[in-house]
Amino acid sequence: MARALINLPSTARPGEVIEIKTLIQHPMETGFRPGPNGQMLPRDIITRFVCSYDDAEIFVADLHPAIAANPFLTFTTVATASGTLRFTWSGDNGFVQTETRTLTVA
Amino acid sequence: MKTWALALLVALPAAAGEIAPADRRSGFDFMSRENQAMQQDDGANPGMLWVQDGAALWRDRPAPSAPACAECHGEAAETMRGVAARYPAFDAASGGPVDLAERINICRTERQQASPLPAESQPLLGLTAFVAHQSREQPIAPPEDPRLAPYRARGEALYRQRMGQLDFACAQCHDDNWGKRLAGSVIPQAHPTGYPLYRLEWQGLGSLQRRIRGCLTGVRAEPFPPGAAEYVELELYLMWRARGLPLETPAIRP
Repeated sequence: MARALINLPSTARPGEVIEIKTLIQHPMETGFRPGPNGQMLPRDIITRFVCSYDDAEIFVADLHPAIAANPFLTFTTVATASGTLRFTWSGDNGFVQTETRTLTVA
Repeated sequence: MKTWALALLVALPAAAGEIAPADRRSGFDFMSRENQAMQQDDGANPGMLWVQDGAALWRDRPAPSAPACAECHGEAAETMRGVAARYPAFDAASGGPVDLAERINICRTERQQASPLPAESQPLLGLTAFVAHQSREQPIAPPEDPRLAPYRARGEALYRQRMGQLDFACAQCHDDNWGKRLAGSVIPQAHPTGYPLYRLEWQGLGSLQRRIRGCLTGVRAEPFPPGAAEYVELELYLMWRARGLPLETPAIRP
């Protein structure tokens, strides 16, 4: 399991714009670099990031080679109702990681 | 004759010695605003991922029968506060100075009966970063231990020693020409305030030894072998030189 850091406020007022910051530990090996033996290192990257807010997808990103290791993604959303935010990173070699955070809107 | 001597004196560049305390600057001050913001926001600082790794290792037992770090040392936020600011320290058992990573490995082999963690490995960097993180904002306070003095003097001699095909000493860049540029990069003062730190060039966390190896190959000198005593001697002098500056672990550097 990769380490992930997710920063968002735990509470928000209805209609408030909240900022969400995500950071995940991943080498993001491009597939274009030779290793110590001269052979190309196989590509190992995260290809997709999805954030859903109570089953509604609010932010999706496709990631490609040449994105730095430990990708940091930040975005905003409107806090509508109390619920769960689900963050999923998926990529090469069957990499899938899901984290959840709850948001209280009052 | 007198005027000739005076003219020579004026023409020579001022032989800069140690940087005065008021002029001491962390590498942080030479970074772009964006990189500074990345370091200061724990939600954006990728070094915090390693600190999380270290926090888990601090709590976990290396083997079911061996104690975890936390079982002897307790809450790291209290017991490890200020520790990194005092390292490298003298180790009576080995009769020489040890840096923080070596101290962690000594603890592992002697108190936990576990195998030492390999140098520059993710768990060792994580534990070192976690312990050093507890001293964030604490001023660097090298111990006045007289047993360290000969090692520190050797470190200073290495710092002033010309090395490699380019025939440069550390001091020529970092004492005499800091703040100027080497190609596109600003030359910092080489204060080890944030190790282990996340270098964007490395795309990961690395130790001071790794950074020194980078400088040595930069002047086309042969780096000291991994784990050589010279690294700890240099670190002793560098920490002495940086005394008073606050620790920043895990720092970000370009």
